[in-house]
Amino acid sequence: MARITAGIATSHVPAIGAAIDNGRTGDEYWAPIFAGYDFVKDWIKDNTPDVVILVYNDHASALMLDIVPTFALGFAEEFLPADEGWGRRPVPIVHNHPELAAHIAEQLVIDEFDLTLINEMDVDHGCTVPLSLVFGQPEEWPCKVIPLAVNVTQFPTPSGMRCWKLGEAIRNAVKTYPEDLTVQVWGTGGMSHQLQGTRAGLINAEFDNAFLDQLAHEPEELAHITRIEYLREAGSEGIELIMWLIMRAALGYGVEELHRFYKVPASNTAVGHVVYRALS
Amino acid sequence: MPRTRLYSLDDLEDIPGTKVFTARRARQGYHLHKFCMSLMQAENRDAFRADERAYLDRYRMTEEQKEAVLARDLTRLIELGGNMYFLVKIASTDGWSAQKAVSSMSGMSAEEYARMMAEGGRSPEGLRSIREGR
Repeated sequence: MARITAGIATSHVPAIGAAIDNGRTGDEYWAPIFAGYDFVKDWIKDNTPDVVILVYNDHASALMLDIVPTFALGFAEEFLPADEGWGRRPVPIVHNHPELAAHIAEQLVIDEFDLTLINEMDVDHGCTVPLSLVFGQPEEWPCKVIPLAVNVTQFPTPSGMRCWKLGEAIRNAVKTYPEDLTVQVWGTGGMSHQLQGTRAGLINAEFDNAFLDQLAHEPEELAHITRIEYLREAGSEGIELIMWLIMRAALGYGVEELHRFYKVPASNTAVGHVVYRALS
Repeated sequence: MPRTRLYSLDDLEDIPGTKVFTARRARQGYHLHKFCMSLMQAENRDAFRADERAYLDRYRMTEEQKEAVLARDLTRLIELGGNMYFLVKIASTDGWSAQKAVSSMSGMSAEEYARMMAEGGRSPEGLRSIREGR
């Protein structure tokens, strides 16, 4: 049977990808941020899963203009890195696990999630920056990746509670897949940031750290945070944190926190990162 | 019993310096955003750079939106239905960093904004709610 063994959460700031691609990770500005990822880079060597379900948001690269899906599962065989205005990132093509993706797609609809399936799309920094942060710069990504895009751009986004329940449904779907596979769920985006208006640059370290405190062992509490509270407290783009709840719910009741990192800022954003091992 | 809106428009307009990107705003910004996403292709970026006005005229944007693009007035573009995840393609085409683009809306110079970020960012104190002044 397939099993969810671990979860990772991380911010997915595009400038982090640019720093990696341009060989600037050792710069004074960037070195303290990349130091926060030394643990996961080492840990993943012995803990590379067969499949990562990568929860992220499309930043108006493939979605959000003509089609605005609340939850969209990548269903193509492969996904190219998107050209977001400065050329495609020089990173490997993302390869799907179509059999597991099909199983999850079916199970989620049966579980009453009205999922959108995307048979062709490019993946932007939301998907590729977390892969770079964890795996570095390999020729090929060392595992299959099922991209799951969540609308966190157009209001109303799904609620935190809806995301929590989706994570639980993903857990049940993976558990009923007959093949022996190790699966990780990654939640990306956040933490606090706002990219518009006179409130641009908002960072709320107190909110972020309280979120990190509760995510491991009292995560259900976080599922009650409302959309407007995210907007007020964590900034208009800080609502990306609802995607971390999908990851956490997919891990089940108990987790061991293997690593936690928080640093302000990368570009406009508070960087947060955790690694959890699933205990059940 | 009639159902009340979970989020009243008053709530959404109550966050200082923030335009919540609703479905209505998305529709207002649709053609602007179609232009923005066209900049994801190198040949379109070249055509835009070669003659910005002529390139903008290919899209069904309003005159205000076109003028705000030409002026790189991101504050105005957001008032006209824009969302930063689309608008940042203009900044990328110009070779601006996302931080520089965002800072242009903040009422600070790019340098002042960068310094504020390096010092921990903008505090949410007093910026959560206009109504409640917190």
